[in-house]
Amino acid sequence: MNRLRLGLLAVGGAGLAALLVAACLDLPDFGGSRHPYGDRAVRASLARHIANTIASVNFDQRAYDTLGEMSILFAAVLGCVVLLREARDERRARPEPAEVVRPVRRYALLVLPVALLTGLYVIAHGQLSPGGGFQGGVVAATGLHLLYLGADHGALERVRPLGFFETADSLGVCAYLVLGAAGVLAGTAFLANTLLPYGTFDTLSSGGTVPLLNAAVGMEVASAVVVLLAHFLDQAVEIEEEPGR
Amino acid sequence: MSDAVTVVALLLVAASATAAVAQRDPARQALVLSFLGMVLAVLFTVLQAPDVGLSQLAVGSALTPLLIMLSVRKVRRRGRTKEERT
Amino acid sequence: MHVLPYLVAAYVFLTGCYGLAASRNLIHAVGCLAVCQCATYVLLLAVGYRDGATAPVFSDVKPGSRPVVDPVVQALTLTDIVVGATVTALLLALVLQIAKRHGTIDPDELRELRG
Repeated sequence: MNRLRLGLLAVGGAGLAALLVAACLDLPDFGGSRHPYGDRAVRASLARHIANTIASVNFDQRAYDTLGEMSILFAAVLGCVVLLREARDERRARPEPAEVVRPVRRYALLVLPVALLTGLYVIAHGQLSPGGGFQGGVVAATGLHLLYLGADHGALERVRPLGFFETADSLGVCAYLVLGAAGVLAGTAFLANTLLPYGTFDTLSSGGTVPLLNAAVGMEVASAVVVLLAHFLDQAVEIEEEPGR
Repeated sequence: MSDAVTVVALLLVAASATAAVAQRDPARQALVLSFLGMVLAVLFTVLQAPDVGLSQLAVGSALTPLLIMLSVRKVRRRGRTKEERT
Repeated sequence: MHVLPYLVAAYVFLTGCYGLAASRNLIHAVGCLAVCQCATYVLLLAVGYRDGATAPVFSDVKPGSRPVVDPVVQALTLTDIVVGATVTALLLALVLQIAKRHGTIDPDELRELRG
């Protein structure tokens, strides 16, 4: 790296560091007891019979914001699919099935169902216990890839129809939008949680539309991660350039 | 008690972040990032944010390092086939 | 103790920035960006922490019996982590495209190619 760039970086970094430290010293003390937004969020969540306040903030109080996050996620995955598709000057080479060490195979195949079940459980209990669509989706999708460790790429491709997951990804986004639009049709506001009864506190069906939105996000995140990893795996293992170019 | 745990977790985060930046080989960096993700998950749990800890554990210590590893493998494989051809 | 978490967040952010600027490998740079992202999570959660409080989940805590930490910042961080991972994936896909088009992922060599 040339000296000029390093000098510029040092000056800029020192200035930024000074500003950041000054800002840190002015922030409210760590562990302070004044959290006006937090207190209001907790009250609103309890009024709608949702035990996990974070799910309430994500899928009820700030549901519109989550829609934005979902669109970023969807657009990023779409971009990856476009960038990593098989180009005209590339071809697929089937990798040879590799030998897997016995303990690895046994462990991976043993943990695989546990990981999948944990992911689904975490999605389903989003509004009750820590967890939800975002975390459970990632857990379930990465858990599925234990099959790649335990067996090989071919086995993974057989149990993972890519078209199905791409459709599920879009359906998740559509379901979220439809649930939001349902509020408009019912005469309230977009994504307003007034459509369904709030149910009994601390049960699976409590919280109005929150469990449904949570499930839609779970479906989207899980399929998005599966699609992403599938394309990266294809690039890393299968696709190579046409020789002679 | 919990203060001490928080301080230790914070210092571990700072140390592993430094290690992740200092490690120049991306494949090894992925491993350090995985460790950083785990330490962050511990920190978030100590800070009473189990939701975020779970998310960080799944993403930071599994998904991101895996994506980096796969990219490294792709780039290395490209380099190899090119060498064979010339 | 009062400002340590904020300072750690600032330090992690600056470290990540240094790594980004000094990196000789675009994949390594993406990893450094992931470090920068971590700094924002630490900062947000530190702002929302409250001494002696518990997690804002009321399935086993009676509402009102104990103080809880701020759930708003946690919700922000949570979605950010997952979305950040997909953005990292998008950047890595761009790096793979660069490797394919130009045959190198060293930013300095790339600049020479352009010139």
